[in-house]
Amino acid sequence: MSDSVDSAAVSADSMGLAAKPESGQSGTVVRSTVMRRLLKNPMGIASLVILVTIAALAILAPLIAPFEENFANISKTLAAPDSVNIMGTDSAGRDTWSRLLFGAQLTLLSALLCAGVAIAIGLPAGLIAGYYAGKFEAVSNWVVSILMSLPGLIVLLTIRAAFGPSVWISMIAFGVLISPSYFRLTRTAVQSVRNELYVDAARVSGLSDLSIIARHIFSVVRAPIIIQTAAIAGVAIAIQSGLEFLGLGDPTKATWGVMLSEGFKNVYLTPTLLLWPALAMALTIGGLVLLGNAIRDALEDGEKIKHRKKRALATAESTTPAPAKARQSRKSVAAVDAGTEHHLVKVTNLGVGYPQADGSIKKVVDDVSFHVDRGEILGIVGESGSGKSQTAFSILGLLPDNARIVGGSIQFDGNYTVAPGDDRVSQERLSKLRGKRISYIPQEPMSNLDPAFTIGYQLVTPMVRVLGVSKAEARQRALKLLTDVGIANPERTFNAYPHEVSGGMAQRVLIAGAISCEPDLVIADEPTTALDVTVQADVLDLLRELQQRLNIGVILVTHNFGVVADLCDRVAVMQNGRLVEEGTVREILRNPKEPYTQTLLRSMLEGKTPMTMLVSKAGSAAQSGSAAQKEPVA
Amino acid sequence: MIKFIAKRLGSGLVVLFVVSVLTFTLLYTSSGSIAQNILGDQATPEQVVLKEQELGLDQPLFVRYFAWLGDALTGNLGASWFTSEPVANSLATRIPVTMTMVFTAMILIAICAALIGVAAAVKRGWVDRVVQIGAIVGDSIPGYVIGVFLVTILAIQLGFFPATSTISPEAGPEAWVYSMTLPVIALLINGVTGGAQQIRSAVIKQLERDYVRTLRSRGIGEREILFKHVLRSAAPAGLTVLSLQLIGMLGGVVIIEQIFALPGMGPLAVAATTQTDLPVVMGVVMYTVVVVIVVNLLVDILNGWLNPKVRVS
Repeated sequence: MSDSVDSAAVSADSMGLAAKPESGQSGTVVRSTVMRRLLKNPMGIASLVILVTIAALAILAPLIAPFEENFANISKTLAAPDSVNIMGTDSAGRDTWSRLLFGAQLTLLSALLCAGVAIAIGLPAGLIAGYYAGKFEAVSNWVVSILMSLPGLIVLLTIRAAFGPSVWISMIAFGVLISPSYFRLTRTAVQSVRNELYVDAARVSGLSDLSIIARHIFSVVRAPIIIQTAAIAGVAIAIQSGLEFLGLGDPTKATWGVMLSEGFKNVYLTPTLLLWPALAMALTIGGLVLLGNAIRDALEDGEKIKHRKKRALATAESTTPAPAKARQSRKSVAAVDAGTEHHLVKVTNLGVGYPQADGSIKKVVDDVSFHVDRGEILGIVGESGSGKSQTAFSILGLLPDNARIVGGSIQFDGNYTVAPGDDRVSQERLSKLRGKRISYIPQEPMSNLDPAFTIGYQLVTPMVRVLGVSKAEARQRALKLLTDVGIANPERTFNAYPHEVSGGMAQRVLIAGAISCEPDLVIADEPTTALDVTVQADVLDLLRELQQRLNIGVILVTHNFGVVADLCDRVAVMQNGRLVEEGTVREILRNPKEPYTQTLLRSMLEGKTPMTMLVSKAGSAAQSGSAAQKEPVA
Repeated sequence: MIKFIAKRLGSGLVVLFVVSVLTFTLLYTSSGSIAQNILGDQATPEQVVLKEQELGLDQPLFVRYFAWLGDALTGNLGASWFTSEPVANSLATRIPVTMTMVFTAMILIAICAALIGVAAAVKRGWVDRVVQIGAIVGDSIPGYVIGVFLVTILAIQLGFFPATSTISPEAGPEAWVYSMTLPVIALLINGVTGGAQQIRSAVIKQLERDYVRTLRSRGIGEREILFKHVLRSAAPAGLTVLSLQLIGMLGGVVIIEQIFALPGMGPLAVAATTQTDLPVVMGVVMYTVVVVIVVNLLVDILNGWLNPKVRVS
């Protein structure tokens, strides 16, 4: 019972974010589509039908109830259902059906009162705390932490002792007690939009704080508040009936809790008396829970559809299902295969897609072929959404669970990791290769280290697992690796937790981790994007040096031609999931054939000082880069 | 770490103080003529004045509060106005019954919710669907309604369990387990369904984190990733859920004890509330807040141990 009070409060924060894309002036439009989706969902319809029916019965109670709520026919107690008392009578001879109807009235009103009080306190406090922060927020957080550590029922017992039996007073008190769930919901939502550009814009254009809150911020919290209200109304009904069940309510009122208690007292004689109030409670609370879930689903679906539309625009060309082509490419694989064992990696006509709700498969990588040899750096360039990371992850076998290989093959060192005809990456084959022979340098250094373990632990464990060395030896190796990647005080970094080192340092640690088991292939996904420019140059130098010393193959995924010019031997350009051009760096930079490559190259170099630090260190390749800028077609 | 614990302990004591002031004020300023209430309608005005003096009700509120506080600090919570039994004594005989039940239920919730939640997050498919539906059903039926039906069906209709769980110390552990089964089940069902769903979301959230992919790329096995890394990071969310459930359960157990006629805190609290036996009500509130503060402190310490970032700040 009251434990669900608090779980309702827990989920509040997660819902704050769900509402984010629902913001702005488009609010009403979105709401109407949410409403339509809600009505399409059987769960939504069912819950609305249940709740509307109960509400109608409650409102009409004085008209349709055959008896007054306290009318007692003493000669007819604990009677079985008949034509006069359709649900029978209780131990005082009162009509069960009539009392159920009046009970519904009281129950719904008290739930509304409780939610109303909670909103009246939590919403404005949350708006102010989220929008202005500062002292008010600190104080309210403290009050919230006190309110949340008080068990609802115990507080209500105290209120009952102080003020006597009144449903309304106890529901007002419970509203106050549960207001933190609205407070936290609102505060989180407001904080997430407070610094959004459109709110800044509104502020600059001279709107008062009040109208900003009303126009922009209130629209963000509206939907989560409706969901939260459904949950809280359910909890209020449960706790109010619990209080009545204990006999602490107003004895002159018919309530479901009193009826449950009355049924329980007569359980040996007429157990059916229990059934009706329990059923009424379960239906009402269940209806509210379902309604909340259905609204959340409707909002989340909206988000998914928007997301999909955006994706669809980006990869519009590759959506056409091409089974014929896929089959054809599978055939050609066998033929190409024979003379290509010497390539470290060979990707042939690779297609990657995601199954959609309507049964079709959306391709994000389409017919991509390239190869990488030992000691060679291949750059894969493209804008975001071009499928370059998806390609890299399919070589690693780390695609999301719902991804499918829709065509082509991947071979690593003469063996298939994705054979022609496979629809998924073989985890069995790849789990033997990952870490040991293929490794990965991620884009964002901080989020790619587990915050709960020391850097040393995260370096040592893979070596122990993959190479089978002892912990002591792995430790020695890890310290050496940290020195190799240019960390001045390896001991200290070894013992540090990820949050204690800088981003550049963390990226060095990740590079050290990637080469720790002496792989043959390193896949680096935008390894410098998240770093400062000066650190970027160092990290690139480090990569090149390690790659030359260890003679490993590298696939460098990037959107930055500067990095390509600096580091790569060959480059593949991707657009909308397809490979548009591939060649040596010199060729591509000097003489890009495809218009897309030309555009990309121009946009990369336009408006920048010709000699960034990255390019200035890059020797001949850089010169060709700057040459490309001056005379795109040499 | 010691500094961290001391800080949390300090803030816990502040909460305890604030709650005691608020409760005391609320109880002693709003409940009408307490002496009249105790003595009944036939009492003469002289008797009422005498009773008020006896109870110290003629003193100003803050004097009474500090008198209460001074006594409370030495472990004396006053005596019941109706039975004259010291509040500390009645709490001491009743707390063990309630706490064994609450902590048995909490441990079972933690185990079941974690197992089911993790299974749902990792396996998805039908397990996940069952957990989702279970959460809706669990949210829809209050624990005490479940309790009432457990008694009606399993105890009264089928006779599998005793309907009331009054246990005498001589009865032996077997009878004790037998009589506690139904109340504990009634207490834990909502917790398991709700907890499993929240733990499921926490685990899924962690499985989608970048570092999990990087661990996979380093050749660490799925099982080690799940048990050593993901569960550790998901644990703080799970602990928060459990501690909130425990807070709720301290209220919920009052009704469950009433249903099963258990000699725990519940009947004491309900009787004191109906009679306006303020020292007892005050004692019940204080005990509850102390339990909550201790549990929250334990959760904070566990979180600090699980998450090095918390420990440092």
